[in-house]
Amino acid sequence: MARASKRTKTAAASRASPQLKKSPSGIAGFDEITGGGLPAGRPTIVCGGPGCGKTMFAMEFLIRGATEFGEPGVLMTFEETGEEMSRNVESLGFNLQSLVDKKKLFLDYVRIEPSEIQETGEYDLEGLFIRLQHAVEAVGAKRVVLDTVEAIFSGFANEGMLRAEIRRVFRWLKDHGLTTVITAERGTDGSLTRYGLEEYVSDCVVSLDHRVTDQISTRRMRIVKYRGSSHGTDEYPFLIDKKGFSVLPLSSIRLEHRVSKDRISSGIKDLDVMLEDRGFFKGSSILVSGTSGSGKSTLAAHFANETCRSGKRVLYIAFEESSAQVTRNMRSVGINLDQYLKKGLLEFHAWRPTQQGLEMHLLRIHELVDEFDPQMVIVDPITNLISANLNEVHAMLMRLLDFLKDRQITAMFTTLTTNRGAEEQTEVGISSLTDTWILLRDLELNGERNRCLYVLKSRGMAHSNQIREFVLSRTGVHLLPAYVGSGTVYTGSARVALEAREKAEALREQQQLEEKRKEFSVRRSVLESQIAALRSELSSGEAEFARLTRQRNERQQRVALDREEMGKMRGVTPANQVVNS
Amino acid sequence: MKTKPPKPPAAANATITTLELRLYVAGQTPKSLIALKNLKKICEEHLQGRYRLHVIDLVKTPQLAQDDQILAIPTLVRNLPQPIRKIIGDLSDTRRVLVGLDVRPEKRVEAP
Repeated sequence: MARASKRTKTAAASRASPQLKKSPSGIAGFDEITGGGLPAGRPTIVCGGPGCGKTMFAMEFLIRGATEFGEPGVLMTFEETGEEMSRNVESLGFNLQSLVDKKKLFLDYVRIEPSEIQETGEYDLEGLFIRLQHAVEAVGAKRVVLDTVEAIFSGFANEGMLRAEIRRVFRWLKDHGLTTVITAERGTDGSLTRYGLEEYVSDCVVSLDHRVTDQISTRRMRIVKYRGSSHGTDEYPFLIDKKGFSVLPLSSIRLEHRVSKDRISSGIKDLDVMLEDRGFFKGSSILVSGTSGSGKSTLAAHFANETCRSGKRVLYIAFEESSAQVTRNMRSVGINLDQYLKKGLLEFHAWRPTQQGLEMHLLRIHELVDEFDPQMVIVDPITNLISANLNEVHAMLMRLLDFLKDRQITAMFTTLTTNRGAEEQTEVGISSLTDTWILLRDLELNGERNRCLYVLKSRGMAHSNQIREFVLSRTGVHLLPAYVGSGTVYTGSARVALEAREKAEALREQQQLEEKRKEFSVRRSVLESQIAALRSELSSGEAEFARLTRQRNERQQRVALDREEMGKMRGVTPANQVVNS
Repeated sequence: MKTKPPKPPAAANATITTLELRLYVAGQTPKSLIALKNLKKICEEHLQGRYRLHVIDLVKTPQLAQDDQILAIPTLVRNLPQPIRKIIGDLSDTRRVLVGLDVRPEKRVEAP
């Protein structure tokens, strides 16, 4: 959120500058909903019931001011001593004493002990002013916190005088340009503060609330009033944890995500093949739905494993199983997640969905994402978040998805579907929000139960429309092309049987062919030898004929010669010879 | 401070113990001046010779307001004997001031 909030912060600051100067509180999220922080140089009342985080808010405002914005502060407490306060904020990683030593903070505990005070005649609270002034001057303070200033009402009897003095204190703070947070207890009759302090502070009133619904508590904040400035008017959930106070602005998200063309592998080669042979889009959201035991978590683990293997960070949020359980279970399908846990690439967070309200889940995930900065978030399963109000779940998941998309974080959610009713309907109804939807199905046939997988949708890619058999083995997940014959999909043993039959047939054919081949080769050799014999016969005939022709020619030549010879001997010329004859 | 062997302070010792008083004021405000006047009168009338009084102007020494936990002005503090007691206001009600200081005028009248 750091980057996003910074952007909004500067944007908000520039927008707000002409109307009202604001003093950033440094509280995550608060500056966003107020468009820059608290009104600078003016008092703000933070009110709420006991234990709702008023003091924490005030303390963080002060400490962040001193450490991050170079604005020293004064803390005047009326209920807790400085040491108690130090201890309280120590758990959030703040060291008050060191700030005091560096003259960035001034602590003043105003002890009010009604039992040791006797009133005789007129007085005023000039002492409070002297103390404030002294404190402000000692550190050059720009910020002041009066923690439950109302406590003075218990110490003094003259209420009229107290009201006048409190009004004077606020006036004084304003005149000195001190950005002040005044905490006040909520009134029992529903009023914002017990003593009506909000009448005196007209600049900004923040109401904190801690309510319990269905045994789950949620802290909420509302800006009741902010003079001269626009502000979010909703109730915003907030969280106090080891990092301090954080408010979650819920409605500040627009549909302006950057998109990526990069693809990431699912870790299952066969599944990648179904997705254009390249896997999912980076930064997209993937929904894996299926009945219980259909292998949703295994698929998620595969994905986590693959992402970690490529050196990216994965945040795995489990609502059903503990970290140890998941890693153990995944070892049985040949996935070793332990190594990535050790390397710090994988972070596991398991908690009960019933542990806190929806908003808290969202906030917590936000915080974890901020802290860990993962490239992928897996929530397994989101179904468990379903409470009575489905709309709320829907809204929360939408916010979560938007938040993750905005950060280019790939999100994988698993969701449980029931066998009754249409399966193409996730209970949470978030299928329309996700980019890719993988459906895992169980087929019960021939006394066995087999898993099938298909990609129901995947935005922006030509994905496969096939139903594959999903097989878990020691070496991980494999997707087998289901046997398709005579219009039926066969899986499991039926598929194996059919495949075996096919194999046998193929073998038989092969053998037959081989026999034919042998038979023919014998025939061929016989014929070839016959051809050779005929050829030799032919060639010998030709030789004989040539010999006879030659003999005949020789004979004729010889006859002609003989006749010539004889003629010579008889003195006859050939011509005479002709004549004579 | 002279005291007899351990005895509970309040009543018995009250006659002997010296009261250490501090009056906190903030500048020369009317309330402060009235308070000082009233206090001097009370001391002279009821605490003759058994008190020590310091007037502290917090405008000059603001640090003391925090150190001594002063909020209301004027404030009269009895530092000794323990426990600390605070009396706020212009000290116009003598009876309440004496109660606040844990000094009983009746007793004082009996003593001489």
